[in-house]
Amino acid sequence: MSENAFPRGGTAFVAGATHGIGEAPGYDSLDLAVLASLKALDKAGLKPSDVDGLFVALPTDMFSHLSMAQYMGIQPKVMSNNRTGGSSFQTYAHMAALALAAGECDVALIAYGSNQRTASGKLVSSVRPSIYQEPYKPLSPISSYSLAASRHMYQYGTTREQLAQVAVSARKWANLNPDAFMKGELTVEECLKARMISDPLTKHDCCLVTDGAAAVVMTRADRAKDHARRPAYLLGAGSATTHQEIANMPDLTVTAAVESGKRAYAHAGYGASDMDVVEVYDAFTINTILFLEDLGFCPKGEGGRFVEDGAIVPGGKLPVNTNGGGLSCVHPGMYGLFTMVEAMEQVMGIAGERQVPNVNLALSHGNGGLLSSQATLILGSEDTL
Amino acid sequence: MTNIRPDHDFEAFLAQGKFMIQRSQSSGKYVFYPRVAEPVTGARDLEWVEASGKGTVYAVTVIRKREPEQDYNVVLVDLSEGPRMMSRVDGIKPDEVKIGMSVQAKVIEENGRHIVVFVPAEGAAA
Repeated sequence: MSENAFPRGGTAFVAGATHGIGEAPGYDSLDLAVLASLKALDKAGLKPSDVDGLFVALPTDMFSHLSMAQYMGIQPKVMSNNRTGGSSFQTYAHMAALALAAGECDVALIAYGSNQRTASGKLVSSVRPSIYQEPYKPLSPISSYSLAASRHMYQYGTTREQLAQVAVSARKWANLNPDAFMKGELTVEECLKARMISDPLTKHDCCLVTDGAAAVVMTRADRAKDHARRPAYLLGAGSATTHQEIANMPDLTVTAAVESGKRAYAHAGYGASDMDVVEVYDAFTINTILFLEDLGFCPKGEGGRFVEDGAIVPGGKLPVNTNGGGLSCVHPGMYGLFTMVEAMEQVMGIAGERQVPNVNLALSHGNGGLLSSQATLILGSEDTL
Repeated sequence: MTNIRPDHDFEAFLAQGKFMIQRSQSSGKYVFYPRVAEPVTGARDLEWVEASGKGTVYAVTVIRKREPEQDYNVVLVDLSEGPRMMSRVDGIKPDEVKIGMSVQAKVIEENGRHIVVFVPAEGAAA
């Protein structure tokens, strides 16, 4: 195999946007994805006709890339509509970087939208459980994450209080974000008393069910400054997968983020200790704990103890999920792209009240399926190139 | 060799009261869920063998229902042959199912189909 030629710093995020966070009645998922995309293109000074790389995965449309190209009246040279779940968008950035660097396209648009809250009120899934799981009636997706949490608690002594700390920390960040759907004080006691859904996870351990859309625009680095004052360069990317159904996950306490993170850090030439902000896909509170461990922010098994005592709240030692996360900001089904928008805004220095000072390096991590697919990006300012 | 029809054969065995898993004749490794070939190697020499039914609870969750529906457990069980499967532990209260518990498989009929569930193994602390 030849030497890895990932184009470190060769491409950049030049703009990003969200739209319809919370409730957006009357719009379908594609409308919302297009509205977020147009906002992002406006910020970059670009039009739909400039887009020649289109990467989108709408929850209920098997041909969402074709639908979106048609809707915007464009004929992209490079397209993808992959189905790794909430990590799709990190894998898109990985692929877009390769396509941009190879000259296969010049402007890549990555988009997502969902009207699941107003359309159905629950997480939309087109996955049918196999005959080896369906008779036992696990709730999907929560029971799979509950099984992982149960194992983490058994092996490492992780507690429900520690899980609750993740939810409380996310809420504190959300309180600084004008777009966040859930605000107000949330305490560990409230989380512990909340309705149990699938042990050990209560409703406060679960992500929101909202509408919402997001989009980012990527170009090659040589033209990034034509479109952004302070671009967020893509320094590294990595993807990995271990299974589809939870019974086939080799070790429920270790995710493929170990691998995706290792590859992304290797491309970037930076490690966990260099990151200024960390945006991980928190579909459930156990996710944040698992990903902090697997991405190297604390040793395996220590994630619960790491988040105790306010380590990840605003002003804590590691800013994590600074938009409020899937737990308190927005969760329209496949949340991964929102971690990219937030990482990008933090590097650009435009995150408002929740802006962390002097961010040069940001990690964005997507999770897909039932802890199945993991993908990690490292974004950096010009100083990190 | 390649005449295995995984789901169809598995359910046909269950209907006879048998919990069958697969074993590769070349590697000797056991496979579950059923497939047409061994994972990783791709060996198309899987044969059906009866599972010992011995297992250990690897992970557990209890799904909480509103009255009058009953809470129920969902577990992952590590079979003594190696593979892991999703199932349920019957015969004790859902809250009494613990990780590390020894369990024994049992084929039962439920809602018109045959499925594998587990019960606490004899002598196992409930």
